[in-house]
Amino acid sequence: MKPVLSLRGISKSFPGVKALQGVQLDLYPGQVTALIGENGAGKSTIVKVLTGIYQPEEGSIEIDGTPIRFASAQDASRAGVTAIHQETVLFDELSVAENIWLGHAPRTRFGLIDRRAMRTGATRLLASIGATLNPDLRLGDLGIASKHLVAIARALSTEARVVILDEPTAALSHKEIHELYDLVETLKRQGKAILFISHKFDEVFRIAERYTVFRDGQFVGEGAMSAVTEGELVQMMVGRSVDQIFPPRSHNIGPPVLTVAGYCHPTEFADIGFTLHRGEILGFYGLVGAGRSEVMQALCGITTPSKGAVRIDGEVRVIRSTHEAIAAGIVYVPEDRGRQGAIRGLPIFQNVTLPSLARTSRNGFLRLAEEFRLARDYTRRLDLRASSLDQELGLLSGGNQQKVVIAKWLATKPRVIILDEPTKGIDIGSKAAVHEFMAELAAEGLAVIMVSSEIPEVLGMSDRVIVMREGRIIDEVAGDRMTPETLVRAAAGIAEAA
Amino acid sequence: MTEAAKTVATGRAIPDRLQSRTTRALHSWETILLVVAVLVFVINSFASPYFLNAWNLSDATFNFTEKAMIAFAMAMLIIAGEIDLSVASIIALVSTAMGLAMQAGAGVPVLVGVGLATGLFCGAVNGLLVAGMGLPSIVVTIGTMSLFRGISYIVLGDKAFTGYPDGFDFFGQGYVWWVFSFELALFAVLALVFWTLLHRTNFGRAVYAIGNNATAAQFSGIRVARVRFTLFLLTGLTSGIAAICLTSRLGSTRPSIATGFELEVVTMVVLGGVSILGGSGTIPGVVLAALIMGMVTFGFGLLNVPGIVMSIFLGLLLIGVIAVPRLIRGR
Repeated sequence: MKPVLSLRGISKSFPGVKALQGVQLDLYPGQVTALIGENGAGKSTIVKVLTGIYQPEEGSIEIDGTPIRFASAQDASRAGVTAIHQETVLFDELSVAENIWLGHAPRTRFGLIDRRAMRTGATRLLASIGATLNPDLRLGDLGIASKHLVAIARALSTEARVVILDEPTAALSHKEIHELYDLVETLKRQGKAILFISHKFDEVFRIAERYTVFRDGQFVGEGAMSAVTEGELVQMMVGRSVDQIFPPRSHNIGPPVLTVAGYCHPTEFADIGFTLHRGEILGFYGLVGAGRSEVMQALCGITTPSKGAVRIDGEVRVIRSTHEAIAAGIVYVPEDRGRQGAIRGLPIFQNVTLPSLARTSRNGFLRLAEEFRLARDYTRRLDLRASSLDQELGLLSGGNQQKVVIAKWLATKPRVIILDEPTKGIDIGSKAAVHEFMAELAAEGLAVIMVSSEIPEVLGMSDRVIVMREGRIIDEVAGDRMTPETLVRAAAGIAEAA
Repeated sequence: MTEAAKTVATGRAIPDRLQSRTTRALHSWETILLVVAVLVFVINSFASPYFLNAWNLSDATFNFTEKAMIAFAMAMLIIAGEIDLSVASIIALVSTAMGLAMQAGAGVPVLVGVGLATGLFCGAVNGLLVAGMGLPSIVVTIGTMSLFRGISYIVLGDKAFTGYPDGFDFFGQGYVWWVFSFELALFAVLALVFWTLLHRTNFGRAVYAIGNNATAAQFSGIRVARVRFTLFLLTGLTSGIAAICLTSRLGSTRPSIATGFELEVVTMVVLGGVSILGGSGTIPGVVLAALIMGMVTFGFGLLNVPGIVMSIFLGLLLIGVIAVPRLIRGR
């Protein structure tokens, strides 16, 4: 079979970094090719080359054997290449149909937008991927899974032949992920060539026919999924064998640190109660929207609960602001790294010291030497990769930004650290580093809460797991009951099999 | 990434900074402004024989010192992602309040106290509406812009307060040493104070953090509302200071005092390299922008260039210095 799209010898550099060095990539019609690589391997860069956002310095792009140049995003789109990103760029205030057709809407004879054609076209495209959404709905009223469907319909509206899915499942719940798999099958049947980027190995093995591995901006290998094992892929990715299993835990659980009782919120959650101990990792599992993040944000003073008591070391604490939460020793590493965690425009060291300024400064005056020392200590512990501590945070890859955000919180020397989806959208190497680090923190006596939607992670890391559904605690699972089935059933509200 | 960095798995050392202080300074916006300032100075010296005269230059500083005092506080406010368009109206209200106090027989210290207190009060009104109630600052301060000056018009109508007591003229007309006026000295002191506040304190760091990402700043334990409120107090206070100087210099209060100052202050701040979207900018940049605007106005004045041509030139200068670096960077 001949590839639809074929890249050869592509190189692209940025000041100080060779992002891609002579890489190759082939995409075949009706097949899913998984692009695998660690953080900074060049995955995002190649996507930007494919979609015409970056122009490579060297190398050729061929479509059906004909060389082509993408001078702009429009060129790539005209050539039939389209991408669906992990954080999809859509417009909440526009309707489903308008989102699908934005930029290339069908026109009437007079050059005006043909609304009727738009609506019927939208319905047809949505139907082709098995969705029955009303094209007149305002996009902002839809859930994230439906938004993904719209994004895919939009991608198809340009008569795309090559579809890039960049971490499409990062924000989806279990059920939605399965719907996405079905969708990928539909696209395959339609003969699209699909490039699938994901950090989840089970996913890759499930839906991809072929793989291509990049490492540090270089091509490492490619082949058929059926001819490779998980271990071999990991080996190719990291160039060394990485212990894929979760780090060993010392289950040395101390006295209670945090006790929450009768915790309520007018709309988000009700009657939450649990106890967290020193040296413990407490997992919070549930579907997206189960109210887990909302509980955590209330604990950290970001939102205000209506009722309930929080005790730290047996003492009742009222937390009305993040400032007070930090003083009480509770910190929150948010799920939405870009919006709530990272301050991309500021240098790394300033991000790290932001909540600890009271400690690094004297009488309100900054002491840069102290700040650099603190930043150095904690970024080193997290194995951060950056060219300097003065580098703008936004220039780092997602995994490294997450390390900085975690470092920022650890630098406050908390009693309780809450990590909300700590490994969402980061590569396997950084993931392992974060896991190892969490185990280390617990061993040092920190009390850790981990909110996660990834079952292997929840089971692999937690001492106990609390399952939430629709704003309430449904189950608390420990010991032998900690199995994937128990969690999934509890979260989805299915009775346990007899 | 170097070969060594690749093989070491943990604990790799990251340097604090890659570029030296000098290299960074050379690549900064302030360097461009400094070059522009020197150019303006040189061109002016050749264009008019009266330019290079200590007393003339000293006189020239009065056309920017009052605005620049406000510009320092405005720079911090804009870096934090807010704006205060009511500053000129605060001047009018402060001046009116001082006029009323003067009529009631107040002496110089009381006048100054009334001026500063009125400025702070106006700042607090803006601050409460923006930081306390979460209203957008551009709307709030357009509102208070009309409100504050409106009160001034109600009190004064077409009349004016004159006859400020002896000694009050020092703030706008006095000299501390040789050609250095009180206003110029105050400008220098405030530049230093605001430089320290923005670049050397936790408060200043919070301002940058809020301007870059207010949500993440709040998540990081920064008391965002408190910082915003304080910034409005600072623009109110510096407007009060500017009002004292301006009233002293003019020797009278009319409700039309300082009309249009707010846009000149914002121009100064943006010319100084402060991003109008918030998040970046420096006090040295604003100082240089103030000097450039002062020298351009003065130089054109010496050449008898009409005021309207001056504002056209300043407009072009503003657009030019913002657009050129962007064109060079290719975006």
